[in-house]
Amino acid sequence: MVKKKNAFLAVPYLIWMAIFVLVPLGMVLYFGFTTSEGQFTFENFKSVLKYGDTFFKSIRLSLIATAICLVLAFPLGYIMSRMGEVGQRTMLLLIMLPMWMSFLLRTYGWMTLLENEGLINRFLELFGIGPFSMINTEGAVVLGMVYNYLPFMVLPLHSIMIKIDKSIIEAAEDLGANGFYVLIKVLIPLSLPGIITGITMVFVPSVSTFVISRMLGGGKNVLIGDLIEQQFLGTVYNPQVGSAMAIILMVLILVIMGIINRFDAEEMEGMMV
Amino acid sequence: MNPILELKNITLTLEDDRILDNVSLSIEDGQFVTFLGPSGCGKTTTLRIIAGFLTPDQGDVYFNGERINDLPAYKRPVNTVFQRYALFPHLNVFDNVAFGLKLKKLSKEEIRLRVMEMLEIVDLKGFERRKVNRLSGGQQQRVAIARALVNQPKILLLDEPLGALDLKLRKDMQIELMKIQKKLKTTFIYVTHDQEEALTMSDMIVVMKDGEIQQIGRPEDIYNEPKNAFVADFIGESNIFDAVMQKDFEVSFCGGTFPCLDSGFGENKPVDVVLRPEDIVLTEPKEGNLKGVVTNVVFKGVHYEMNVSCNGLDWVVHSTRLSPVGSEVGLSFTPDDIHIMKRLFDGDENHILGEVTDENTVSFFDLSFEREGLNLPVGTKVSLTISPKSIEVVSIDRADLKVYLESLIYKGDYNELIVYTHEESLLLHSYLDQQVATDIGIKFDFDAITVTPLRGGEHG
Repeated sequence: MVKKKNAFLAVPYLIWMAIFVLVPLGMVLYFGFTTSEGQFTFENFKSVLKYGDTFFKSIRLSLIATAICLVLAFPLGYIMSRMGEVGQRTMLLLIMLPMWMSFLLRTYGWMTLLENEGLINRFLELFGIGPFSMINTEGAVVLGMVYNYLPFMVLPLHSIMIKIDKSIIEAAEDLGANGFYVLIKVLIPLSLPGIITGITMVFVPSVSTFVISRMLGGGKNVLIGDLIEQQFLGTVYNPQVGSAMAIILMVLILVIMGIINRFDAEEMEGMMV
Repeated sequence: MNPILELKNITLTLEDDRILDNVSLSIEDGQFVTFLGPSGCGKTTTLRIIAGFLTPDQGDVYFNGERINDLPAYKRPVNTVFQRYALFPHLNVFDNVAFGLKLKKLSKEEIRLRVMEMLEIVDLKGFERRKVNRLSGGQQQRVAIARALVNQPKILLLDEPLGALDLKLRKDMQIELMKIQKKLKTTFIYVTHDQEEALTMSDMIVVMKDGEIQQIGRPEDIYNEPKNAFVADFIGESNIFDAVMQKDFEVSFCGGTFPCLDSGFGENKPVDVVLRPEDIVLTEPKEGNLKGVVTNVVFKGVHYEMNVSCNGLDWVVHSTRLSPVGSEVGLSFTPDDIHIMKRLFDGDENHILGEVTDENTVSFFDLSFEREGLNLPVGTKVSLTISPKSIEVVSIDRADLKVYLESLIYKGDYNELIVYTHEESLLLHSYLDQQVATDIGIKFDFDAITVTPLRGGEHG
């Protein structure tokens, strides 16, 4: 428990939260439920319905990207957690290194690689293969998501996996579990809190991104993030509908996270030492 | 009867450290075998090799006559009770115990029956649904034992399983484990550094030190006939003295010569002699084999522990009859009470190879010292004789040499230390106590070193 007299230390953050989180949230809610004249209405939400396909596509691509991140990060996180201290630090540095560069620059980098006249196609041309059209596809958007958000999956997995005692893995082997059973009966259940955190940290920014889809998806792959951005900054300018979209997205994320966390709660209980 | 498990010439080196050195032993079915030794002696490593978590560099592991070196841990017919239990934190007691049976794809009903039966044996009935982290240390320990035993392993490996428990609980669990072992007749291999635990529980004890087996035998044999000063010192309390084997059946130590039951050491050979404190009887001064004065008395509950000073050596004697401090006593013992052992270190002095590296300068290891009037050409190989008394133990920052302390034995007057320099072992005497299996610093009295030129490449 924090002592009462230290509670005032939280005041700056509370003020920050109030001004930059609660007030904007209230504004979004207000805009979402009013007309441009300020009258209460559900019309904004109704007009969002016609974008259902886009919502579905955003969620689908984000789930694919999250799944790929999980499949890539799980073995990586495990291998890292079994390394020596130097190895772990080196790997963490390598994973963090791209994040020292601007998000925009990194995504631009992929544009030059994936373009029809880009580096990859030119390289393949040398062997008489291709060209492939890679940019402006769903695949490119998923690739951008995986590339940008993979560290957010690796880090929580690594930090939970270093807490798994080697002797617990050995105990499972000792009791007759081969590699596969060690994975599904011990490693995955014990890593669950990390898996949940990782999924959250990859899925949420993926589902609301507009930079990745704009740069790598071209005009064909519009996501929710792009729609919302267009309502506020684009030519259509309709902050009421934009707010309604933002509210729906928020509710969707909360529901999905709620489902995942429920799944986690039962398993977590036994692990708190 | 064929042995259930055999180790043949097992050698293992990890990160340049020789962990196990040519370990061979064979274990018969149904026995309670204990690997006993100080930390770092290789006992846990040996257990891990049997379990299949480590592969030896050299040597073979045989199970019922079949070589199992390449059999992965999950296929071996052995189960392990880990040092800190290693229970699965996400499973309850029942599921922890059922883990191995579920992997064997047994029917639900059979799993339930066997788990319940095993929980009854370890006295945990009614705890099935408990989370394992809500159990006490002793209960967790019993879950770990049940989890291993329920698979009906041919051999149960236990790695210091009682180390984390308090004394009372540990004693209870010792009895408990012995009962379970007698009942199931499973071969138990038990690792501990606690000699009392080993003597209490085992059918056979394997005493280890520095990756080598020192002695294998029944608890009584190990206690009564220790093979060397290390075993004698590690198992029980003992008086260990420098002695000289005059000839077969005659040994002299502490200023006297006595008949004994040992032979085959040769004539005039330096040996170690052990007398157990409870074997020595205090008598009237003239009736004993030796005369001494009581210097200290401590009441130990069942007996008195008395220190007796005799011809400059400090003897420890246990007796239910008190002889007060200052009284003159006789020390009486029979030939049967005198145990003769080979010295841990060969000889009384250190013989080190050195070289004349400059006029009047001699070098050995990374050290060199001046010796006036040496008159030997540069490059001459020399033998250096260094008395154990002329090497001093100092703090590492003031030391000539950092060395690894292999063993320390109290010899009634001083501590006999054997240290390792990465090239050679050295013998030294010290009045200070040091922690064994750590690095210590030593300092040489260079003036006391005898320098002898070598002829024809011989040395020592």
